[in-house]
Amino acid sequence: MSSVHIENLKKYYGTVHALDGLDLDVAPGTVFGFLGPNGAGKTTTLRILTGLARPTSGKAQVAGLDVLKDGRRLSRRIGHLPEEPAFYPWMTPREFLDYLGRLYGLSSSERNSRTRELLGLVRMEDVSRRRIGGFSRGMRQRLGVAAALIHRPEVLFLDEPASALDPVGRKEVLDLIENLRGQCTVVMSTHILADVERVCDVVGIIAKGRMLVQSPREELLERYAVPAFEVEGDDRAALAHWAEDLRRLPWVTAVAPRNGAFRITVRDVQSAKRELLALAVNSGLTLNRYEEVRPSLEDVFLQLVGTESVA
Amino acid sequence: MNFMAVFRKEMLEQWRTYRFLIVAAVFTAFGLSSPLLAKFTPEMLKSIPGVPTELLAAFPAPTVTDAITQYVKNMSQFGILLALLMTMGVVVQEKERGTAAFFLTRPVSRETFLLTKFAALIATFIASLALAAVGCWYYTLVLFEPLAWGPFLVLNGLILVVILVYMALALLASTIARSNGVAVGLAFVALILIGGLGALPRIGDYFPGRLFSWGVTLMMGGNDTAWWAFGISLGIIAAALIIACIVFRRQEV
Repeated sequence: MSSVHIENLKKYYGTVHALDGLDLDVAPGTVFGFLGPNGAGKTTTLRILTGLARPTSGKAQVAGLDVLKDGRRLSRRIGHLPEEPAFYPWMTPREFLDYLGRLYGLSSSERNSRTRELLGLVRMEDVSRRRIGGFSRGMRQRLGVAAALIHRPEVLFLDEPASALDPVGRKEVLDLIENLRGQCTVVMSTHILADVERVCDVVGIIAKGRMLVQSPREELLERYAVPAFEVEGDDRAALAHWAEDLRRLPWVTAVAPRNGAFRITVRDVQSAKRELLALAVNSGLTLNRYEEVRPSLEDVFLQLVGTESVA
Repeated sequence: MNFMAVFRKEMLEQWRTYRFLIVAAVFTAFGLSSPLLAKFTPEMLKSIPGVPTELLAAFPAPTVTDAITQYVKNMSQFGILLALLMTMGVVVQEKERGTAAFFLTRPVSRETFLLTKFAALIATFIASLALAAVGCWYYTLVLFEPLAWGPFLVLNGLILVVILVYMALALLASTIARSNGVAVGLAFVALILIGGLGALPRIGDYFPGRLFSWGVTLMMGGNDTAWWAFGISLGIIAAALIIACIVFRRQEV
């Protein structure tokens, strides 16, 4: 059974189709990256899955429960970190986590130990008695993660968990998410491709309220991989001349400059591996770099979302 | 179970954000000052040089009735104003700040979210009104004569009912509104509407404001009643809370 199952989900705000027939399945234990440009429908989907918004039509289940009919039971089984977690400024982190523990019916000793454990996990023991009102964005985000985990949820929804953080804060939050692998299902929405590449096992790409593709990350990269090589050298003019000559070869499909190097897209990888480097050496070029390009999620994303926006 | 957990948090919030302190201080000040003002207003007038003796003669010697009338006047104005000010932001501000969305994905029903806020405000206003009543009773005892406990208790109960009417309407306004400005506007529309209609002859007998004159009459030993106004006031409180719960349940936060 899926941890999250969505079928033909639609959410209309007047004439705006925030979700337009979205389908999604997330297997238990997965760290799922919900990827899409701003306004694609990621936050709307998470708001529906957490019971904050109602769909116009369609089916949405989390942990086997219908989000519309079983809201009360569902709230005990999910954790949610909104994009900008909001707190009561007059509370301290310790009081806040204790209060959440009460809401989930934890006993006094459970609350104490869980609060201590989570404050340690998000490295906030030293500020546990300070008022939240004076916290930075990064501290709030970390406290939000702790708050989402207080009751050991089966499914954790994270909305842009690291998008507004500085590099240190981002690393901390992503490390936290990585540590959750295997403990619960994580659905993380983001528009930052590097974050998804780093922590997610499965990726779903959404645009204009529809799922364009959903697949394990490596499969996705392979499926959409364009075989290519990059060559970089000191003598740019000689390199450009040599690269232009390559266009005549039957196994070359395209040659394009890219970030000071040349990307050579091929249709026959074996021929390219056999001949390309030899051709460069025979031309007398001094190479700084020669590599078979590993496709990135950015390439896949741009291919898919670019196509979608043209369509 | 969760009701008590959330109520506990709401009470702590009343304390930490100084709301309890503000309401208690204002109520106590007006409770204490009512008999003082009644007693010393003529004295103060006498001390102002140049006040015509005819005007001073027009002021009869202050009595306990003046102290009670002053108390009711203060509570009916500042009590209601404070009830509106303390209530109209409680829901809409949480929607604006995002705390409502953060907590409504937890095992907290929307009804609990609203009703615990109302319950905490009731507790704050009951405690503050009790302080005001004790202050008024004590100074009236010192400056005039002891007040009859029974009718004075009923008078304060009736004042509380009127305050709750405005508090419930302000909570409804705060629930309906998407911004603080709209909530303020709606709350003051309710104040003007109920106050305005309540001032009309005959129709006014069925409005919450009538409870003040019922309370004063009781203190004076009269046997006038206003059960219709009492019932309608409770009806307004119940209706406002039920509508607020229904609206909030359907609202996307």
